[in-house]
Amino acid sequence: MNSFFARRYVITGIFITVALILLARLFYMQIIDDRYLLFAKNNVVRPQIVYPARGPILDRRGVILVGNQPVYDVMITPKLVKAFDTLEFCRLIGIDKEGFDKRYKKAYKHSPRLQSVFEGQLSTITSASLQERMYEFPGFDLVLRTVRSYPDSSAAQFLGYIGEVNDARIAKSGGYYRQGDYIGISGVESSYEPELRGTRGVQNLMVDSRGAAKGHFADGAYDTAAVAGERLTSSLDSRIQKLGERLMANKVGSIVAIEPSTGEILCFVSSPTYNPNQLVGRQRSENYSELNQDPYKPFLVRPIQARYQPGSSFKPLDALIAIQEGVITPQTTYNCPGYYIAGNRRIQCFHGEVHGTVNLASAVAHSCNGYFFMVFEKLINQKGPKYTDTSFTLWRDKVLKFGIARKLNIDLPGENSGFLATSAFYDKWYKRGGWRSSTVISLGIGQSEILATPLQLANIEATIANRGFFYKPHLIKSIGDKQIIKKEYTERNYVGIDSGYFAPVIDGMQAVVERGTAVGVRIPGIIMCGKTGTAQTGHGEDNSVFVAFAPRDNPKIAIAVVVEHGGQGATWAAPIASFIVEKYLRDSISRRPSGITPDYYMNKNLLPAIVAKTPPGKKPSADSLKKAAVLDSLKKLKQKQVAAANKKAALLKQAAMLYKHKGNE
Amino acid sequence: MNNQRSFFFNVDWVTVFIYLALCTIGWFNIYAAVLDPEHASMIDTHTRYGSQFIFMMIAFVVAIVILLLESRFLSALAPAFYVITVLLLMTVLIPGVGRNVGGNQAWIDLGFMRLQPSEFAKYTTCLLLARYLSGTNIKVTEIKSFLIAGGIILLPMILIKKQPDDGSTLVFCSLIFVLYREGLSPWFLIVTGVIILLFVLSLIIPNPWYLVSALIAAGFLLMYFYRRNRQMLLGLLIGTVLAIGLVFAIRPIYNRSLNAYQKDRIAVVLGITHDTRHVGYNQNQSKIAIGSGRMWGKGYLKGTQTQYSFVPEQSTDFIFCTIGEEWGFAGSIVVVGLYLSLLIRIIVIAERQRSPFSRIYAYGVASVIFFHFFINISMTIGFMPVIGIPLPLISYGGSSLLSFTILLFTLIKLDSNRMGIV
Repeated sequence: MNSFFARRYVITGIFITVALILLARLFYMQIIDDRYLLFAKNNVVRPQIVYPARGPILDRRGVILVGNQPVYDVMITPKLVKAFDTLEFCRLIGIDKEGFDKRYKKAYKHSPRLQSVFEGQLSTITSASLQERMYEFPGFDLVLRTVRSYPDSSAAQFLGYIGEVNDARIAKSGGYYRQGDYIGISGVESSYEPELRGTRGVQNLMVDSRGAAKGHFADGAYDTAAVAGERLTSSLDSRIQKLGERLMANKVGSIVAIEPSTGEILCFVSSPTYNPNQLVGRQRSENYSELNQDPYKPFLVRPIQARYQPGSSFKPLDALIAIQEGVITPQTTYNCPGYYIAGNRRIQCFHGEVHGTVNLASAVAHSCNGYFFMVFEKLINQKGPKYTDTSFTLWRDKVLKFGIARKLNIDLPGENSGFLATSAFYDKWYKRGGWRSSTVISLGIGQSEILATPLQLANIEATIANRGFFYKPHLIKSIGDKQIIKKEYTERNYVGIDSGYFAPVIDGMQAVVERGTAVGVRIPGIIMCGKTGTAQTGHGEDNSVFVAFAPRDNPKIAIAVVVEHGGQGATWAAPIASFIVEKYLRDSISRRPSGITPDYYMNKNLLPAIVAKTPPGKKPSADSLKKAAVLDSLKKLKQKQVAAANKKAALLKQAAMLYKHKGNE
Repeated sequence: MNNQRSFFFNVDWVTVFIYLALCTIGWFNIYAAVLDPEHASMIDTHTRYGSQFIFMMIAFVVAIVILLLESRFLSALAPAFYVITVLLLMTVLIPGVGRNVGGNQAWIDLGFMRLQPSEFAKYTTCLLLARYLSGTNIKVTEIKSFLIAGGIILLPMILIKKQPDDGSTLVFCSLIFVLYREGLSPWFLIVTGVIILLFVLSLIIPNPWYLVSALIAAGFLLMYFYRRNRQMLLGLLIGTVLAIGLVFAIRPIYNRSLNAYQKDRIAVVLGITHDTRHVGYNQNQSKIAIGSGRMWGKGYLKGTQTQYSFVPEQSTDFIFCTIGEEWGFAGSIVVVGLYLSLLIRIIVIAERQRSPFSRIYAYGVASVIFFHFFINISMTIGFMPVIGIPLPLISYGGSSLLSFTILLFTLIKLDSNRMGIV
């Protein structure tokens, strides 16, 4: 038998060869191919984001405007769910059986083994009663989260709101945001998103094959802690903010108040407003769509997005430019016969009042249109009748320095720049050389092709209060402990008017309140300088505008109030402004000689019925038949010059206003 | 010299050492694979490492008992053992008597433990094969002897296939090494190798004509080399024709004779399907575990794949994952090295026997251990489809440990008596 003795070597050889093949394969897998290490890590490590608390926003005195409130989310891990009393569970969290099935299916589809949100944001009371019974519901967990809360229920448009990030933002963020993350969508929440959101942390959890957490990867060596968002101190004064919101209740309009010495915005009312708490919690989406469909557009940030003709509130600015240009002196007088002859047209003074001989101060005090037409005509004819456009451009540039028709770059998204026609605009309209001072005369009283936001109006007052410069208006005073958040907020923006020229204009503005158009709103003991404005809207009642600053010396507050379709400036805007000013300066409201009280204004409903069709913020448009006829004829006349069809429509709207020179104040 | 009372005299300590080393490595890795921090006790019988510890103790006792027993009548008792095993294998197939675990009707419940007759069938088959082939005038080269030897191997195979335990069935194929050593024509090995190669290739290459062309080319080339040898020429011609026929037959055979899960497993290994979730899950996780071990491993009890139970069946068939992951390539070398040493040692032992019975039996032991070792590790590293056979002495399981202990210590006992009269 031993004749096959040599075969032992063949068999040994096969054994050795096989062992070597196995070792070679093992060598390749364990030493050369390094993919498996990565696979193993991906198997077991689940990076879990730790969300930091979003930064709170305070008012200038430390009152919390936005804070965080704990809520509980009911989480579900479908695979771990065992038989339980479904109906009782539904009753506890306030859903029906159908809703339960829907949520369960959704969670199961998301992942049978991973946890997902079953029902979000339970109230403290609901979660408390659920908490002690959670053991009855295997597979469900309560997880603590925080949501925004607004203890003051005010300043909704100022603060803005947060919501789930959309796909476009996710794509733009370069991987920072993920589906389901919350992000500031409007207001301060949006413009200070990077500061408010804080820094997310990561926990590298180890999971077993069933997805159950088993501690931290590498004992937490690669974990990072979440850093809470910064605390923002806003410039807002919640006292006057709340007062302003109450005064503007049931009215469409804005209040903007600025501290002239800093540019800090003290009051930022956009009316109608809404309770920001409506956009938190389980009713969020319902409330959101309701607000979104509200014809009065509560989401519109009127202080920076609505544009109004400034009307007579523009007059002080016009006077300042004229004095600086030397076309008038404070002593220049004008004899007002109750109307003004511009070119071959006769324009009535406000209500046909005859002001007699007026100087600058009394013209401001009584809002004499004739005086300012005269001033404007002098300005536009400065370089001679042949150079109307040069003079116009000069004037326009001066106006722009005050922040009209350009963005003030406030720290909020969606700011509107307003509008002021250029000479090119008129060249296009009337042909080159086809227009003169009399053609555009209504600009002199802040009407027609000029539109400003309430913020811009308030900023003009801050400039006058400062006698020639303004600080960029802004909403956030400090981020955390950092006091100066942007260098540009500490820089003076000069408007090119010598400070010495302000006194006569301010005299006039003081007289407005003491014996002029707004005499009814005088505040005993406080010298307030203001100017009323009654701006045409093209439809319905005029807009009631009032701008002011106080006190006269060392001013603390500059304010602009617009009440849409409120009629005359003195009727609505001026009293509201006076209450805000007094509340801010004195923290109380005294009895007025005129007998007006805040309650009357708070309770008054001035909501225009037609708002739904012409949302505020869009340009006012002509609506009378007469104007429509003019519009039609104009359309035919100017058709050749207007190239683009849509551009044409916009221009025609502007044109319609040119012919509305009925009696302005 | 022949002092029968000195039980441990002439015992091959090298084999005993390797045996103990593998058992110890096994126990520590089973501990790692099933460790549950809530059961910290090392010999808690409710855990697998606790049970394995008890199995080891039993196995050691059995080993000593074997060394104490008289081995001279083993050859005579071989047919009886064989018959008992065959009867047991038939018994497990009776519904109600045999217990079905993991899809295999392979167990007999003895109350205190469950017995897997197929594990012992390997032992008794080796014994009977040794007994038969060591008989006078028995030559494997003779057709009659070859058929009887084949029958001895085939009977338990058929019964085990009925369970159906594919792994254990295939183990018996390894006994071809025994027949080869005893004189079987090398062509059996070569033809078997060629059939396996063709099987794999024809499954990987969907178009049979590529393979057919290659076969014809290879056939002509070989015929050219052996053009002087008429007998060889004829053989090659027949071989080529048969091979081509096989290529066409393989797909139908494959499709008909194999179950869906078997085909799926084969497809995964051959890379025909890329599945890491269902059929391929085990093997994929196993490869991740071993591959992520790198040179020195992640450290004992620190393997993430092992500790977080990503590999199913890790304490039994996939125990090598724990070694690969926690001990790295270094651990792999040690384990593969130990098996290779054991196999070579067994061949050395075999060849020093005076009695053919002992030699043939030794080759049987080597073949069975080799097959288990090769298939099991190949399966964990994705070389072979998933076939449920344990890694000898390392995998968890009482029957397996006991049967390998008996297999090895019978050989050690025979070896210790090699100088005696037989």
